[in-house]
Parts: sequence; C-alpha cells; structure tokens
Amino acid sequence: MLGVGASFGAIASAAGLPAWAPVAMSAIVFAGGAQFMAVGLIGAGNPVAAVLGGLLINSRHLPFGLALTGTFGDRRWHRLLGSHLMTDEAVAFSLAQPPGAARRRAFWSAGAAVFLCWNAGTVLGVLLGGAVGDPAALGLDAAFPAGLLALVLPSLRDRSTRAVVLLGAFVTVLATPFLPAGLPVLLALVGLVVLTLPAYRATIGPAPGRPAEACDPVPRDRPSETGEPPC
Amino acid sequence: MLIAVILALAVGTYTLRLAGVILQDRFNLPSWLERLLPMAAATLLAALAATSALLDGGALAGVARPTGVLVGVFLAWRRAPFALVIVAAAATAAGLRLLGLP
Repeated sequence: MLGVGASFGAIASAAGLPAWAPVAMSAIVFAGGAQFMAVGLIGAGNPVAAVLGGLLINSRHLPFGLALTGTFGDRRWHRLLGSHLMTDEAVAFSLAQPPGAARRRAFWSAGAAVFLCWNAGTVLGVLLGGAVGDPAALGLDAAFPAGLLALVLPSLRDRSTRAVVLLGAFVTVLATPFLPAGLPVLLALVGLVVLTLPAYRATIGPAPGRPAEACDPVPRDRPSETGEPPC
Repeated sequence: MLIAVILALAVGTYTLRLAGVILQDRFNLPSWLERLLPMAAATLLAALAATSALLDGGALAGVARPTGVLVGVFLAWRRAPFALVIVAAAATAAGLRLLGLP
C-alpha cells in the first residue's frame, strides 16, 4: 500500500500537478482508483470528466456501507470517521471476520493502517517524483496505465465483466482521436449498457430479479468487493 | 480549478461512503445495481489505461510505452506485487528509449 501510494505521488508529479494536490487528494478523497483516474483526466485537460469518472468509480462504496452494518461502533463520530476509512482492503479484511467485536477491531485497524500507508506513500512519491527531471526518460508514462490495469485485473476473472471492459476500452481508444479529452473514457460505459441490459432482460423471465450470471461460480480473491451473498 | 476538482471529489466520495452507512437499516440496493457498480468502475479504469497506454494526444504513442505497459500487465497477471509492476513497466519503457526506440 505504501508502494501504491508512492506510485500515485510520483505519477501525479509527472502529470504536472503541484505537490500539494496529490497530498491533499490522498488525505481527503482517499480512494486509489478514483485518484489515479482524476490525475489522468486533469492532465488531459478535462476536470469535469475527472470528477464524474472518479465518483462513478467510488459509487461502489455505497454497497460497502450497506454491508458493514454495525461494524463501526455505536457513537455518531464512529460512523462519521469510519466512513472516511472505508476502502476495498479494509472492507474485505473486516468482512472476513465474524460480526461483532472481532469485525469492529479488524475494520478500525485495517482502515487506519491503509490510511497511514497510503498518505505516507503519497508524500514519499511526490518527493521522489519531484527530485527527478523528465518523466518520459524514467518511463513514468508506462507506469500509469500498467498500475491501472493491475488494479482492474482481479475483476476481469468474471466473464461478463471482462466482455464489458474489453468493449469499453476498444470504443474509448477508437473515439479518442475524434472527441474532446475525457469524453471517450466516459463513453466506455456504453459497453456496460449494450452487454448487460439484454442479458439482464433475458433472465427476467426464468429468474426474476436476479441475472443468471450473478450465480456463476466465479473464483474471486476479493469476494466482498461485489457484496454478493454466495449462491 | 484544481482545488474545486479535488473538493468535489472529496465531498462526493464521502457522501457515497456515508450514505451506505446511514441507510443500511432501511435500504437494500437492488442486486443488479450492486453488480453493475463494480463493473462500471473496472470499465472506466481499463478504458483510461488503454488510451494512455496506446495514444498520446490522439496519435499513437510509439513502441516504448505500450511495451512497458505489456510487461507490467504480464507481471500483474502473474500476481507480482503492485510496486514491482510499476517499476518494471517504467524501467522497460525507459530502457527501450535509451536504446533509441520512440
């Protein structure tokens, strides 16, 4: 996590952001994928797409919050602070524990550890990134897409996710030379509409309310990410 | 402008996180939406990765960058640690540029 934070800091510096920007993002946004995305789109000159894309990525935190019933503690400030510490890692870690005191301890220790490492890493990355000159000579332009793909790779084990993702990436690459920056990335979501809606409609008859492929026995190394109960 | 983007992202993200926590007693997300949200996230990230790997402002990005990305993805697929993926991708691209490739 320290390493990922450092990569984020270095890549944000390479994208031309002032040093305070990645540090502030890591502290108050505190969401890895969305931060990488926002830095890429701000660098491309489309701040509106940066906000929209980042929030779409973070919309997965809504089901996380629903799944973490009673995990934070009873006080109001527990919920207010705990919400900010919600990450893929902390959620996966705490849902692996039985509900109650063990899960509560797991969430708070994982949440705090991830927060500290992510922010320390970002500062480190900004310092290192600022110390070197030309980002292209260091190959940092290749590090950015490689890091994003490494984040996405685990979810590609699911067959329909893979189809949606590949179609979306293909459409985006084709559209990029012709549309203003940032728009092609949002256009990738057509893959989601085109490929999942017919499949969903087709399953409404035989299996009401639940797409059939949601019950595929897909191996996942982060089962809590989708929040789905085992079939 | 930059401050506004960061603040909007921060407020929006915190709202999404807190909304689930506050609504948890009264509300169940429909299962199709619960399934769609992580797919949307993966799609956006992959699309951004694909364009930034292959293109540079609308033109093709040369050889060094896509090759570096490919090396990184291969390592990630072999479950290498994230930091190694980043360093290997960058080092490959930098090395190819040292050899004179675009």
